[in-house]
Amino acid sequence: MIAGYAVPDFISDFWHYYIAALTILGILFSLWILYSQTTEKLAPGQQAEVLHPTWDGDLQELNNPLPRWWMWLFYALVAFGIIYLVLYPGMGKFAGVWNWSSADAYKQEKERVDAEFNKVFQPFLGQDIMSVAADPKAQEMGKRLYLTYCSQCHGSDAQGARGFPNLTDAQWLFGGTPDEVKASIADGRVGEMPGGLAGDEQGAKEVAHYVLALGGKPHDAALAAVGKEKYAACAGCHGEDGKGNNAAGFPNIVDDAWQYGGSEAAIIESIVKGRKGGMPAQAHLGEAKVHLLAAYVWGLGGGAKPAPVAPPAETVPTEAAPAPANQ
Amino acid sequence: MEATYNYKVVRQFAIMTVVWGIVGMLVGVILSAQLIWPALTEALGPLAPYLSYGRIRPLHTNAVIFAFGGCALFATSLYIVQRTCQTRLLSDGLASFVFWGWQLVILLAAVSLPLGVTSGKEYAELEWPIDLLIAVVWVAYAILFLGTVVIRKTQHIYVANWFFGAFIITIAVLHIVNSAQLPWILGGDATSWWKSYSAYAGVHDAMVQWWYGHNAVGFFLTTAFLGMMYYFVPKQAGRPIFSYRLSIVHFWSLNFIYMWAGPHHLLYTALPDWAQSLGVVFSLMLIAPSWGGMMNGIMTLSGAWHKLRTDPILKFLITALSFYGMSTFEGPMMSVKTVNALSHYTEWTIGHVHSGALGWVAMISIGSLYYLIPRLFGREEMWSTRLINVHFWWSTIGVVLYIAALWIAGVAQGLMWRATNADGTLTYSFAQSVNAMYPFYTIRLIGGTMFFAGMLLMAYNVWKTVAAGKAVNDARIPQAVAA
Repeated sequence: MIAGYAVPDFISDFWHYYIAALTILGILFSLWILYSQTTEKLAPGQQAEVLHPTWDGDLQELNNPLPRWWMWLFYALVAFGIIYLVLYPGMGKFAGVWNWSSADAYKQEKERVDAEFNKVFQPFLGQDIMSVAADPKAQEMGKRLYLTYCSQCHGSDAQGARGFPNLTDAQWLFGGTPDEVKASIADGRVGEMPGGLAGDEQGAKEVAHYVLALGGKPHDAALAAVGKEKYAACAGCHGEDGKGNNAAGFPNIVDDAWQYGGSEAAIIESIVKGRKGGMPAQAHLGEAKVHLLAAYVWGLGGGAKPAPVAPPAETVPTEAAPAPANQ
Repeated sequence: MEATYNYKVVRQFAIMTVVWGIVGMLVGVILSAQLIWPALTEALGPLAPYLSYGRIRPLHTNAVIFAFGGCALFATSLYIVQRTCQTRLLSDGLASFVFWGWQLVILLAAVSLPLGVTSGKEYAELEWPIDLLIAVVWVAYAILFLGTVVIRKTQHIYVANWFFGAFIITIAVLHIVNSAQLPWILGGDATSWWKSYSAYAGVHDAMVQWWYGHNAVGFFLTTAFLGMMYYFVPKQAGRPIFSYRLSIVHFWSLNFIYMWAGPHHLLYTALPDWAQSLGVVFSLMLIAPSWGGMMNGIMTLSGAWHKLRTDPILKFLITALSFYGMSTFEGPMMSVKTVNALSHYTEWTIGHVHSGALGWVAMISIGSLYYLIPRLFGREEMWSTRLINVHFWWSTIGVVLYIAALWIAGVAQGLMWRATNADGTLTYSFAQSVNAMYPFYTIRLIGGTMFFAGMLLMAYNVWKTVAAGKAVNDARIPQAVAA
């Protein structure tokens, strides 16, 4: 029982006896009513008695004995029920003689499956993502995982939909290097923009035209000129040039990859209402599957090469440079 | 003045059964078409949201269960209780109140559900003001029905009335307990005054909901329709009920065992293991009482089997019992955990529900109405017996197409969801399993449309029967009491 929780959750001792007693009574009652109405079979040629009450002119009842097969079926079902309740949990907190529980059954099943299939997935974990992406067998497995876990939002073709990013182009909200893609999958991402920063609908329209102008798209110059000032509220995240900040997940708004649509109306809606997008973390799949998924997504065509590795520290003459200030 | 039966309320409910049957099934046909063409109602522009799948799905279930099924039960129970108790209804005013009150409930449902006003509990979606109205109308119905039984002129209570009585009492308990909710307005916010939240939380809420949900099936859609069966089958067959003993055993065991079966809707969920086990055990035991009712109906035909060849009303009644027997075997099988692991969340469940809803509930109601309506309008029989026969075949073929398509669809879905590759990954994505449904959805639409078209035939036949007849308000109550 959860401390402080108002409902006893049916696991106090009272409920245990209550449920068990009612269950037993229910079964005994069924047996008694069945037994109490059991009579001799009719002799060959004997007719069932017609009971004497008559309703509505002609409604009458015969009093045939219970059909034997039906009676035995009933007894058999009751017997099955009793055996089941002896073997499995059911009578209040009595766990059943087999001590079975669904939590144990799930755990055992999970362990068996993990033991069987981890050896299929684990080997890829030792390879870097770009090599995995070049392995046709790994890509095939990655695609299956993708169709199971990712396709609901990003689509079977990975081209996304309104609100769900396209994974096949080279435009990334949180970076497209192998490690960044893997981090997005494992830990999930949240992209949030507050609404109403440009004031009313008219203000949003002006800013929208300035955004279109920044991207070199058709726009109304007069509106854009007014919008430029109000854009200051946006520049903190999206930058003066509108190119955003990939590392922080602030979208580029001068390219053609619009997550919520690039029409005037769609941009205005985004500015007025704000946007909130979230991708759930997938780390629960285990690192090996996330690794395969990252390789598959990275290899869809939009993956970026990792940043060049900084030259090893020992090639820099240590005495020539002052030790960096402690950060 | 000679004492007469109150046929007015029976007539009103009988006619509305046909009307609501057509409305409810039409919504079903639209829904099944939306599954094939998801953008079907998009073209309606500003009206589109009100006809979106999520809003009209509860409209369909509420309309067919509580409007069509409900009106059929009110009509037949109020007819049967008078005829078999040999007395007029307890109160004409109360009868009128029950009729108009129930029509108001239906109307409010038809408006509120498309508007998206819902408490989100399956088969109990209506919000708290309507829930209160239902409770009031139901209590009035209970007083009307049980009061009439109390003032009966016959010594014994006829078996059909046992079933109606159990249904009325249980539905009152189920509705009131499951609908316990806190209206939003109590929090001082009048903007969404109609909104409420369940009094239960988490797994308790789920368990209360399915205790209600399964017993809505058990008592509204089973026990009550067995009451209908116990009057119209012997009447139409002209034979006595097969076995009084059998009716005692299956009545009491049905009531007792049904109450426990709800958890089978929540197998493999957070519901505690013990509750799941009880759901399995009692669902399996339920085969016996269910088949007891089926046997008692079908065996009543002993000595009159030849009538099945020529009498389409009897065909409706006996086919309904066959579907009842079949779906009450299928249901317990689907409650077995191993089977449920395959069938749960698939179309199989929808097919199972419709073999009960169309095959049993609708067909027993239709057969009973074909017996009842001419008698309410001073005629010997319906305007056209041939049309009844056509209706019978359209309905039967329609149901068979419907459930066969969804059996295959459900098993295919279940197998696709669990299929794995050599590396343990899933063979099919969810979208692929959806794509595989198209042919089955199409067959289902054809089957459902046939059943719906049968209802239109019925409406025409009823229209002609009523037009050529006259409302009977002077059916005399026999004075001699048969012991």
